[in-house]
Amino acid sequence: MSVDPNHPDLSLEVAAADGEGLYTARPWQLIWWRFRKHRLALASLVFLIFAYTVAIFAEFVAPYSPTSIERLQTFVPPQVVRVWHDGAPHRPFIYELERTRDPVTARVTYVQNRENPIPLKFFVRGEDYKFWGIWRTDLHLFGLDDRRQKVNLLGTDSLGRDLFSRLVYGARVTLSAGLIGVLFAFVLGLFFGSISGYYGGFLDSSIQRLMEFIRSVPTIPLWMGLAAALPIEWDPLFVYVLITLILALIGWTHLARVVRGRFLSLRTEDYVMAARLAGASEYRVITKHMLPSMTSYIIAAMTLAVPEMILGETALSFLGLGLRPPVVSWGVLLQDAQNLRSISLAPWLLTPGLAVVTVVLAFNFLGDGLRDAADPYGH
Amino acid sequence: MLSFILRRTLWAIPTLIVVSFISFLIIQLPPGDYATAYAAELRNGGDYITEAQEEAIRTQLGLNDPVLLQYGRWIGNILFHGDFGQSFHWNAPVSDLIWDRLALTLLLSTLSLVFTWIIAIPIGVYSAQRQYSFLDYLFTVFGFLGKGIPDFLLALVLMWISFIWLNLDVGGLMSPQFEGQPLTWAKFVNILSHIWIPIVVLATGGAAGLIRVMRANMLDELGKPYVETAYAQGLSERQVVWRYPVRVALNPFISTVGWALPALFSGDVITAVVLNLPTTGPLLLQALKMQDMYLAGSFILILSVFTVIGTLISDILLAWSDPRIRYA
Amino acid sequence: MTPKTNTAQLPKDVLLDLQDVKVSFETREGTVTAVNGVSYKVRPGEVLGIVGESGSGKSVTVRAIMRLLAKNAIEGPKGSIRFNPNGDQTYDLHELSRDNRQIRALRGNRIGMIFQEPMTALSPVHSIGSQISRTVMLHRKSTKAEARARARDLLERVQLPNPDLMLDRFPHQLSGGMRQRAMIALALACDPSLLIADEPTTALDVTTEAQILELLKSLQAELGMAIIFITHNFGVVADIADRVAVMYLGQIVETGDVDDIFYAPKHPYTQALLQSIPRLGQKKVRRLKTIRGSVPDPYHIPSGCPFHNRCDHADAALCTQERPPLRGFDNGQEARCHFAGQLPEASL
Repeated sequence: MSVDPNHPDLSLEVAAADGEGLYTARPWQLIWWRFRKHRLALASLVFLIFAYTVAIFAEFVAPYSPTSIERLQTFVPPQVVRVWHDGAPHRPFIYELERTRDPVTARVTYVQNRENPIPLKFFVRGEDYKFWGIWRTDLHLFGLDDRRQKVNLLGTDSLGRDLFSRLVYGARVTLSAGLIGVLFAFVLGLFFGSISGYYGGFLDSSIQRLMEFIRSVPTIPLWMGLAAALPIEWDPLFVYVLITLILALIGWTHLARVVRGRFLSLRTEDYVMAARLAGASEYRVITKHMLPSMTSYIIAAMTLAVPEMILGETALSFLGLGLRPPVVSWGVLLQDAQNLRSISLAPWLLTPGLAVVTVVLAFNFLGDGLRDAADPYGH
Repeated sequence: MLSFILRRTLWAIPTLIVVSFISFLIIQLPPGDYATAYAAELRNGGDYITEAQEEAIRTQLGLNDPVLLQYGRWIGNILFHGDFGQSFHWNAPVSDLIWDRLALTLLLSTLSLVFTWIIAIPIGVYSAQRQYSFLDYLFTVFGFLGKGIPDFLLALVLMWISFIWLNLDVGGLMSPQFEGQPLTWAKFVNILSHIWIPIVVLATGGAAGLIRVMRANMLDELGKPYVETAYAQGLSERQVVWRYPVRVALNPFISTVGWALPALFSGDVITAVVLNLPTTGPLLLQALKMQDMYLAGSFILILSVFTVIGTLISDILLAWSDPRIRYA
Repeated sequence: MTPKTNTAQLPKDVLLDLQDVKVSFETREGTVTAVNGVSYKVRPGEVLGIVGESGSGKSVTVRAIMRLLAKNAIEGPKGSIRFNPNGDQTYDLHELSRDNRQIRALRGNRIGMIFQEPMTALSPVHSIGSQISRTVMLHRKSTKAEARARARDLLERVQLPNPDLMLDRFPHQLSGGMRQRAMIALALACDPSLLIADEPTTALDVTTEAQILELLKSLQAELGMAIIFITHNFGVVADIADRVAVMYLGQIVETGDVDDIFYAPKHPYTQALLQSIPRLGQKKVRRLKTIRGSVPDPYHIPSGCPFHNRCDHADAALCTQERPPLRGFDNGQEARCHFAGQLPEASL
């Protein structure tokens, strides 16, 4: 027996736990209830919403511009925000940094001046910027009143640029590249997957061959080959779109496979047969009966595809074949951490890597949770 | 079985043709061609070369011919003369540059694949048998981490750790003093102390994924009636688990060996750049950056061919291990 | 290591003796008692049919005999499962762990087992011949060639056509009936003294079912092993069994010779079950009776007599409170009912 999961009135009568009688739950509600039980997936969702919010309001969240160079503050280690000064609680502050040079090695070191706490202020006026390229303002989420001192939560790089600000700006590029890449891949995957799964036959087998072929080519060399063909002098924004397109060109096969698999198994489901026997048109069968029961799967598969795209962008940019400075993305930031010398000198340059790992893991947990929740007959 | 192998081998041929064509397209993709690049190289060297001379080179090399004809010539040279064209950056035939590096790439990939399996299979089996045990959770965490950490980051961090804590000089395949020396015991040990990082890096990503797959497959298989039948024959738990469900659960593994290869090659490219290994990766990257397209295209072609062959082998292995496919 | 034989040697004419076997499972929703104090005997060469609805604990009981209970199973401390495979040595299987060496030496050797799903109960990646000869080699220490010859012999005995060819066939190449024959050959690989058949014909169509039953009967006549035959189908029991045990919610409610059970059931559950089977020669006007209510869920087994809430004869005071004792009769029949023997004869 098979029940159409898209028509709650037919199938899903749920008894309320407290015995208030019977009511019906919509499929999305059921998915949400099951999803809520996955603590890790839920936490990941919250984290990702947070990350994307930060990325959207990057100019406001970042205390400085990602490109403002500070020649006298190179390789500043991450600064700790303190709340305890001189044996007493204090409003959040950082200590003033004094730049000294090691007389033996001639290396620059920074020493905290314990006498001089500089309070951290919220909603301060700082550098000018154009919010979303529209409004000119100078309001930042946090910063210091003293313009000569800077707060570098994650330290600075070789040019004295604030790594935290760069990370926040980079989030905008990297995170959106993941989404846009998946969107391209989704269009391709849905198109080929549904044709392949619904019509079958010759079309199916040729699309299958194509997918097999794409999967049997080493992705990174191929990405590299395609990315290297993009002329350096093109507009960074255009390169960015092309890079996501390249990622999608190779990444769509997985989505197509999911879609095709669902179509194939749905085609033989009894309720689809029933709809057909009841005289529903082909269009109606696809849109009203098959697609709704696939959306949740597709969303889960898309969620799991985002980290692939993010990793792809990071890897390409890291190799210098993807996005290039002055564009700031996490992969571009990691270029600075490419050799042992800079890592041992300034380990904090690896923090963009930490950001990549966290976001990728969060997407994986979220996708796993969604996939489990989307299965109407799952345990 | 023989007809299966034959059929499968025949299938690989069109794939190989498409692969070679795409590699050729990549060579052709960037604006300008070999003649432009060559002329630029000469001009940089201070030589004077006119537009007409450049055009003459172009005609002489047949660069004005239709793409298909050029492709035919390129692939013909490769197939019949083993000539992959000229690397203008190195000013040497491509085939002189690539084989050593390819051999090392293959060696690294194979070692990592073996290492991946040695780690992933027992752990996957254990995790499934002791589901929800402490170690199972630990391996699950490891699996997710392995999936989330990009290869190059892992390489960087391992390199950093072994530099700071183990005080090893890492990067490269051996310490500089052994370069070019005949193989001695000391050199062998030195190579071993270098090669473990790329192997661990390459294996971690793969192993993480495979543990999850193996665990899920085993959980499926352990619940199947034939396992109980095997127990009912009086076999011990170890005999039952390794002879029956593991055999079945391995099938999806075997079928993906071929896909593990492209992943390993991809991983190798980035890891090798970070670790400065004399494999294909760094040379390919350099070739791409320099627009040394014959070199780059040849690499892409050869790596892809290896993958197609790998997939072919894994399909044959799968048919050998799973009678349901052999007789389908 | 000698087995902890806390019970005496079984007499020669008892092959298997279960006393007060209790099995429960720890699940997230709570503890489920699947088998609640089951006792029965099997004599050498006898066919015991065990009948019950799904969830009555009949399969779990035989898995307790085989020591193949799931890992979350908890057994009662008191029970014993004594097995006397050759008439001269008694094992208490209840004391043996799942992977114990002694039980492994008995499984597949002195006890064979046939499973319900012939489609999936054989390994998909090994040929029929290699699966059988592995069992033979394990227990008989024979060579590969001997084991293969034995496997061929067995395939012939279970009447598979072309036994030489069948040796190298894989399960997916055989039909359901043929697979079940191969399964039987596997179970009989070492001439067991006890064959456990767990619903061996449930998944087969009626014609094949009849053939398999015929085969089992002829093999039993030929080889003389005892069979525990589990089924939910009374018709099948009537066909094959010498004695019958009826199970309901983890207890045996009635045992007896097959004819006695069929013609003079003493327990209301057995009566109701038999009345719900259509029979030839029945009066046309009568409607087929059904048992009222449905099987209670395993987390809430009724107190007292577990059948009281579905029983037509239940006494509100007695049956809801007290677990009925086993009442024996002169013909060897036993029924677990307060009113056994006092109930009106069921009109069958």
